Order: sequence, then C-alpha cells, then structure tokens
Amino acid sequence: MIEYLSIVIGAVFVNNIVFTQFLGICPFLGVSKKLSSATGMGAAVAFVMVIATLVTWVLQRYLLVPYGMDYLQTIVFILVIAALVQTLEIIMKKSVPSLYQALGVFLPLITTNCAVLGVAITVVQKDMSLVTSLVYALSSAGGFALALVLFAGIREQLELTDVPRPMRGAPIALVCAGLLAMAFMGFSGIKAG
Amino acid sequence: MKLGSIIYNGVVRENPTFVLLLGMCPTLGTTGSAMTGLSMGLATTGVLLCSNMSVSAIKPIVPPAVRIPVYIVLIATFVTALQMLLAAYLPSVNATLGIFIPLIVVNCILLGRAEAFASRNSVVASAADGVGIGIGFTVALTLIGAVREVLGTGRIFGAEVYPEEFGSLVFVLAPGAFIVLGFLMALYRKLFQR
Repeated sequence: MIEYLSIVIGAVFVNNIVFTQFLGICPFLGVSKKLSSATGMGAAVAFVMVIATLVTWVLQRYLLVPYGMDYLQTIVFILVIAALVQTLEIIMKKSVPSLYQALGVFLPLITTNCAVLGVAITVVQKDMSLVTSLVYALSSAGGFALALVLFAGIREQLELTDVPRPMRGAPIALVCAGLLAMAFMGFSGIKAG
Repeated sequence: MKLGSIIYNGVVRENPTFVLLLGMCPTLGTTGSAMTGLSMGLATTGVLLCSNMSVSAIKPIVPPAVRIPVYIVLIATFVTALQMLLAAYLPSVNATLGIFIPLIVVNCILLGRAEAFASRNSVVASAADGVGIGIGFTVALTLIGAVREVLGTGRIFGAEVYPEEFGSLVFVLAPGAFIVLGFLMALYRKLFQR
C-alpha cells in the first residue's frame, strides 16, 4: 500500500508530468484559457490514459514481446491510442451521452497528446507490473489535471492584467508556467524512497 | 513558390516554435544544453523531410477519408527507423534524448506539415518545406539550449564562457525551460512581427 502511495505522490507532485517531464505541453498551453475546459480536458486525459496504458501494457506483454516484435512498439502504440480514442468517442456518444457532452470536444485532441503515449512507453520501459502501471497512469493523469487546473486559474487572472505587447499571450503564459514549475520543485524535498 | 522562399518561410515567417507554437514538449524537454537541442532538432528534421516527401508522393492514391491514419503510420515508421539508427550508431544521443525520440510521432509539427503542406504540393516543394521547417525548429531548439546552458552553467556547446559558479542552475532545470522560451518568444515577436 505504502508503495502505491509513494507512486501517487511521486507522479502528482515530485515528478509532475507537465512541470518536470515536459509531456502534454500542447494541451497544457492550448486548453488552459478557461477553468471549465481545463477541468474537462483533465478528466478526458485521465480516462484515456488509464485505458490506453492498460491496453498497450497487455499488448506489449502478451503480443509484441513473445513474438519478438517489440521494435514495432511505437507504431502499434500510436495506432492503439488513435483507435481507442475513436472507439471511446463512439461508445460514449451512444451509451453515456452526458459524459460525451462533457468530454466530447477534447477527445480527438488526445490522440496527439504526448502524455498518453509517453506514459504508455514509460510504463513498459520501467518494467512495471500491471497494477503499478495503472496506479502510475492514474496518478500521472492526476498530476496533469492538477497542473492544467492551476494554470487555468492563473491565466484567467492574466487576461485582466496589462502585459507589454510582445509578451502578451503565449510568452507571459510560459513565464508563469516557469514560476509554477519552480513552486513544484519545492516538492522534490519529499522524494519518497 | 520558389524553393528559397519556402525555406525562408519555414525558418522565419512560420517558425514552428516561435510562431506556430508546435512541438512544445521536445522544445522544453530536450533543451538542457545547446548540443541536446541541436540533436533533437536534427532528428526531427530528418523525420520531417522523409514524411513530407512520402506524404506528397503517395497523395494521389490515398483516399481522403483515411489520410490521417495513413500519415500517422508513415511518420511512426520513419520514427522507428530513426530510433534503430540512433541506437546502433549514436547510442549516447539516443540515451540523452530518451523518451523524446519515440515521442516524435506525436509531434504536431510532422502531422501539421503533412496535412497543411505536403498533401497539396509537389515532392520537391514538400522536401523544401521539410528542410525549412526543420531548420527553423533546429535553430529554435539550439538557441533555447544555448541560452539555458550559458545562463545555467556558463558554458556553450561545452566550451566555458564564464566560471560555472556564477551560473544559475535553475535555467538548466525545468522552470528555466519555460522562462527562457517565454522571453525568447517575446524577443522574436519584437524583432520580426510588427
């Protein structure tokens, strides 16, 4: 139990996927202008990341490795993620329309979210067990959602401030993200294990 | 369009990093030093050149409805080839760039250029576009890497500029990546955009 707790704290705070691993920066900058869309994106990523990690882990362990095809890893993983996102979209539209309403617009964007592919590859590279992988995927997604929501809150304030002209938009957002990343560095003191 | 102007367009007018804001993950993740930025830029340029040319070459036979999956598979194939080449001939580069090599697949620059340029231009023009955008990306990454390396460790491409003790380590660490990119982007806008 304590082992899983240290994975969760590690992935959410200490090695936050956005601020220290630089994965998922595109949606982090793109969808963080409003708090509501940031929450939706965070939830959609969490959903896809856990399922994608589960499927790719099983494929890697029982298909690619036994048949000596692990060199196809990148191609297979990206295809699985793309197909999975499409399937999820169709299933959700039919069976859980309320969830589809909430997450729908963000789903297609997730295919090119490198955080999803990044976590799927990391889990395989570090040779984690299935349960550990799922905990890791869920907490990475949690870290992503936390970063996104925090940053969206800051950006809503930023809209109202008077920023020098060349710094407006992306540059000032990046500098703010840098300061936020600096704050997250404070967590590296609690490196568990 | 002349080839020269296509390349100029990629390097300055539509610089993938400073103007289009594409491929942000490797831009931040692999620019701890000028050398790593340069190698990531060149790796991406190689894949971009191959994918642009092949997308342009196969465009008459690809049905529009399935073009995106086709492009993704093409890109993933070139990335896998690159991964194997690096592992065989430049293992140190492969180790430094780590997970960012397979992640070239999801770099929006590649799919973006395939969709926006290569799928409607000739093979030669697409190659020029690949080189131009690739150089723009490489220049941006090397520049960010150089600034971070100088401010952080007092070195540039490993050569000492001033003693390391005066450097501020935060620029090599994660926050420095965001801050340096933010200020360089503002500088670019000041210089090139009115």
